[in-house]
Amino acid sequence: MTAASDLAGPDDVSAALGRTGYLADSGLASAAFLALRMGRPLFCEGEPGTGKTALAQALADVLGAPLIRLQCHEGIDAAQALYDWDFPRQLLHLRTVEAAASASGTALDADATEASLYDRRFLLARPVLQALQTTPSVLLVDEVDRADDEFEAFLLEVLAENSVTIPEVGVVKAETPPLVVLTSNRTREVHDALKRRCLYLWLDHPDLVREVAILKSRMPQLSTELAEQVAQAVHRLRGLDLLKPPGVAETLDWAAALELIGARHLDLESATATLGAVLKYREDADRARDALDALLAS
Amino acid sequence: MTSADRGGSSDGPAPRPHAGAVLASGVVEALGGGATRPDDDAVLTDLVAFTRLLRNAGVPVTPDRTATYLQALREIDLASEVATYWAGRLTLCADPDDIARYDEAFHAWFSSDPREQRMGRAVAPKPRTATIAALSSPERSGTGEDDDEDVPELRVAASGEEVLRDRDIAELTIGEREHLRRMLALLRPDPPRRRARRRRPARRGEPDARRTLRATLRHAGEIPGLERRARRERPRRVVLLLDVSGSMAPYADALLRFAHVLTRRTPQAVETFTLGTRLTRVTRELRQRDPERALRDAAAAIPDWSGGTRLGEVLSAFLDRWGQRGVARRAVVVVFSDGWERGGTELLGEQMARLERLAHAVVWVNPHAGKRGYEPVQGGIAAALPHVDRLLAGHSLATLQELTEVLADA
Repeated sequence: MTAASDLAGPDDVSAALGRTGYLADSGLASAAFLALRMGRPLFCEGEPGTGKTALAQALADVLGAPLIRLQCHEGIDAAQALYDWDFPRQLLHLRTVEAAASASGTALDADATEASLYDRRFLLARPVLQALQTTPSVLLVDEVDRADDEFEAFLLEVLAENSVTIPEVGVVKAETPPLVVLTSNRTREVHDALKRRCLYLWLDHPDLVREVAILKSRMPQLSTELAEQVAQAVHRLRGLDLLKPPGVAETLDWAAALELIGARHLDLESATATLGAVLKYREDADRARDALDALLAS
Repeated sequence: MTSADRGGSSDGPAPRPHAGAVLASGVVEALGGGATRPDDDAVLTDLVAFTRLLRNAGVPVTPDRTATYLQALREIDLASEVATYWAGRLTLCADPDDIARYDEAFHAWFSSDPREQRMGRAVAPKPRTATIAALSSPERSGTGEDDDEDVPELRVAASGEEVLRDRDIAELTIGEREHLRRMLALLRPDPPRRRARRRRPARRGEPDARRTLRATLRHAGEIPGLERRARRERPRRVVLLLDVSGSMAPYADALLRFAHVLTRRTPQAVETFTLGTRLTRVTRELRQRDPERALRDAAAAIPDWSGGTRLGEVLSAFLDRWGQRGVARRAVVVVFSDGWERGGTELLGEQMARLERLAHAVVWVNPHAGKRGYEPVQGGIAAALPHVDRLLAGHSLATLQELTEVLADA
């Protein structure tokens, strides 16, 4: 665990991320450093499987802060992102108060009863409110491109103010604003106003050396030879013009699958047996199978 | 933050003097303690001039982005070229298309060595294929592809075939324009609808527990009646793919106008792309209210008016870059094309099969389909037909109206 103020430069961030098992290049480290220093949200875009979500997890580990995740989907609204009142419990509470009053024969104080209905214990904090109440914390707004554009506008407001107004309770303001990481797979263009508030980081697939290093750091038991072979093959697969080029997650899956079937090298047999871990489309698998010899040549 | 000894990170270039470092030493003081050196203004002006160069290169740099950039420069070690590079890229870019432009501008501005082209891993993401034109800025359509060694022959082929000229709408005769405008103004196309995830209060439908409870709270614990809710309906996305190749030229204007009418009805639910030798997205241009301006901007954005067609390849580019990501998913996709395919039709068939699997419905509009004695036997259309839900004509007002009805029911 490291306090944000201890990180003097991108190199420190890179080293700290490395200790959590996330290998960052200079761009990623600069982005994380600037996001921490400037208190700006980090907007990550890139192909699926390039480690956007993992980055948020790693940053949370570095800061020793909980990762609070808001998964966006179509139709997400404020009640799912901010807060909601627990109506069933409020109703039960009301009945209890009524019952107690009629049993003891006292009159019910309407104002006090109403006030007790909007007690903090009936408030369900959703991810954004949780992040504002927790210091320090990392808020991951995952796949923001899946949400509607109305939700974006609302998110923009919360990110700008770092506070939420609950009419019955008052303003909840973050002591220290949470570190916010937004991710997008570019299924649609996110509004420019939201991007403008953020630092923009485009994540690409890692290069060969880095991918081998990622394999070694995530799976220390993996032999260097196998790690290099897998990374090499995945690299060549990405050059094949596939429908869905494999990401880092697929590389890790493939290595794990190879390990499970007890393969020592990546050869024609073991590769054919485990191809489903890395390619998820029939067309891709067909294309790769035709080129498998060339893929595996060292 | 003035120390130069932390110059290079492990994965960046070795520390070496660069033009930016000379500039940097001044900036540190200019931004730091409010020092009043005579050339501070010059340094700031210089940095702001860099953002202006970027803007000219097509990166939409706004004043608030510039302010963020200066704020970021205050945080980093300016003697490091890597850090300076990333501070700008993170704050001034907002789209993968911007990154190649930023790289170019950065190296032109800061690198003291003209041979210095790329640094470390800091290269722009390569476009998947060379068939995609830089969106909305035809004059820079070559950017980012120059260093793309994977597809050199494609690029050569593309620049050889296509006619990169702007189509002037004023070339239409007055009568034709008047006629088109009037005929299209009459159209009030209803968008196709889909059931949304969200529900809304309704007279009939499933019981709404939450609203019933809230009503109960309002009535001091008594249940006044059962509230109900039903699923909402939202416009289903429509994707228009317009063939703007030479053989479709007589229809292109009318079809773009039609696309504009559709876009104005439901701006968020219509996406328009043009297909020629390249793929161009004109959705943004068509969202403008004024039809003449929208068409003029769209025409300016399309670099390959009346060129050749490579339907299969361009469709593949559309699916890779937009369709599969989500634009075509559960959408009604309308292809306006006569199906003339220069190359083999195998790729087109394959891509149409992909499109069919992604889309809710695929409609093919062929202006020739309405003509007497037409048989879908051209190579392209024959390959595509098995994957098309409806084949329609689109050469007259009546047929376009028919198309809007098909769309509304899709």
